[in-house]
Amino acid sequence: MTGAAKSGHPGGSLSAVEILVTLYYGVMRHDPSNPEWPDRDRFILSKGHGCPVLYAVLAECGYAPIDQLKTLRQLGSPYQGHPDRRFLPVLEASTGSLGQGLSLAMGMGFAARLNHSPSRTYVVLGDGEIQEGQIWEAAMFGAFHKIDNVVAIVDYNKIQLDGFVKDIMELEPLAAKWRAFGWHVIELDGHHIPALQAAFAEAAAVRGKPTVVIAHTVKGKGVSFMENNPKFHGITPTQEEVALALKELE
Amino acid sequence: MAVNIRFELKLGMATREAFGRALVELGRENKDVVAVDADLSKSTFTHLFAKEFPERFVSCGIAEANMVGVAAGLALHGKIPFAASFSCFLLNKGFEQLRVTVAYPKVNVKLVGTHSGISIGEDGPSQMSVEEISLACSLAGFVVLAPADEVATTALVRAAAAHVGPVFIRTGRPKVPVIYPPAQRFEIGKAIEVIPGSDVSIIANGLLVAEAIRARQALEAEGVSARVIDMHTVKPLDREAIRRAAAETGAIVVAEEHLVDSGLGVRVAQAVAELGPCPMEFIGIQDTYAESGSPDALLDKYGLRSRNIVDAAHKVLARKR
Repeated sequence: MTGAAKSGHPGGSLSAVEILVTLYYGVMRHDPSNPEWPDRDRFILSKGHGCPVLYAVLAECGYAPIDQLKTLRQLGSPYQGHPDRRFLPVLEASTGSLGQGLSLAMGMGFAARLNHSPSRTYVVLGDGEIQEGQIWEAAMFGAFHKIDNVVAIVDYNKIQLDGFVKDIMELEPLAAKWRAFGWHVIELDGHHIPALQAAFAEAAAVRGKPTVVIAHTVKGKGVSFMENNPKFHGITPTQEEVALALKELE
Repeated sequence: MAVNIRFELKLGMATREAFGRALVELGRENKDVVAVDADLSKSTFTHLFAKEFPERFVSCGIAEANMVGVAAGLALHGKIPFAASFSCFLLNKGFEQLRVTVAYPKVNVKLVGTHSGISIGEDGPSQMSVEEISLACSLAGFVVLAPADEVATTALVRAAAAHVGPVFIRTGRPKVPVIYPPAQRFEIGKAIEVIPGSDVSIIANGLLVAEAIRARQALEAEGVSARVIDMHTVKPLDREAIRRAAAETGAIVVAEEHLVDSGLGVRVAQAVAELGPCPMEFIGIQDTYAESGSPDALLDKYGLRSRNIVDAAHKVLARKR
């Protein structure tokens, strides 16, 4: 998709594939034939630049036209450069400016509780994204208000635009930070689907606090020349590289 | 239709208090109304709502960016959130969140800024908001309201709740004169001709509507007939009221408690330029930040009084002839 668009963020899309697939296939309560079901679970891609993976999953589920995936980033496409509800109403939120999705999730979680709705909200955060101060405002809010129907997943692929996270603004000790903010913390391999399934089941049983899943992932996962390569944060593969990548992913 | 104005203006409640009381009424009528606040509920008067509906009061602590995001999340889940703070904090600290999570996806959030303008007095410029009309109007799709008294505030808070889409309401700290009879009707985007007049139009909002009425009385003594228009909706502007003011009176003074080069005045001037130019003068805060002092002393010093409006009317009338 990003190869066809000739711009976009391939690396951070590939690191979150298993997270989104696990959520949309078996964990989240949703119904593609009834996208406005009030009690559906919500999903927010706070790291909006990773939208190609979200678009692919939504299309596979039947929420969005699969044959238009290659129109990514083109004028009038439902698949805008960052998630845009005006063009794809099934999206729960328009995102793209980092640091804001966790606050949205908190509002949704609070509203679901007021409505006595079983709806749960899942929000995927980038690792670099949580350098934003607003994330920690929202983290305080979640613990204080005991928003236990929200799960945040940190796509911890260790790379941001300018390079490795540890060289730009180190996050460690990351689990200790979330614990100190009053969250239930689960750390796992973010490419291991059974581990993700178990974590979401565990989170659903936690009462009185929100859960964060720190998912250790590999940026550009599945494509040898993209894996752990900061170059592929915001640079798309050439035609030759796309062909090679698709062969490796098969 | 002109309002039958009582010329001796009696002091009423602050517009922020009128907001707080109106919000409680709304809360009684609609269980989806929620209040969101950032540790200023006693000042924004959302504490009245918190007392009656504690489960629907969302305390965010001193974290305005998160507050705006939480309000958007509540709205996306079907609630009608009213997020309130001092105008300066709400618009300046929450601006990026207002842009990306409220304005651009057109989320149904209501924002109420209190302590607007320089009439907050002694707290000084760090707490004063003299640019929020400009900021709010630069958010595409926003409705921007600046009520003049308690009657207008009550009515416009209700209108905001009924409107689907983002709304910003500007309210103030000091008690202000009551301008309207209790049954006065208000409609978003529809200016009110408070007093008819034929020689010059004074277009004002917020605190300056009362000053405009006083200026109108002074001008009347000189034999000048001034039309007073309350432009309570800054966006979308009532272009028809502006067109008629320009065509029928041929001279306009705009008066507001805001930076003069980025508020109501420039928006009215743009409409006048398009619809039929006439001489204009502008009353507002010049390119500066104010200071501590009593509200009255500040309004005097920074030129936001009826006498300033009268002077501006003289100037614009001279240019008209």
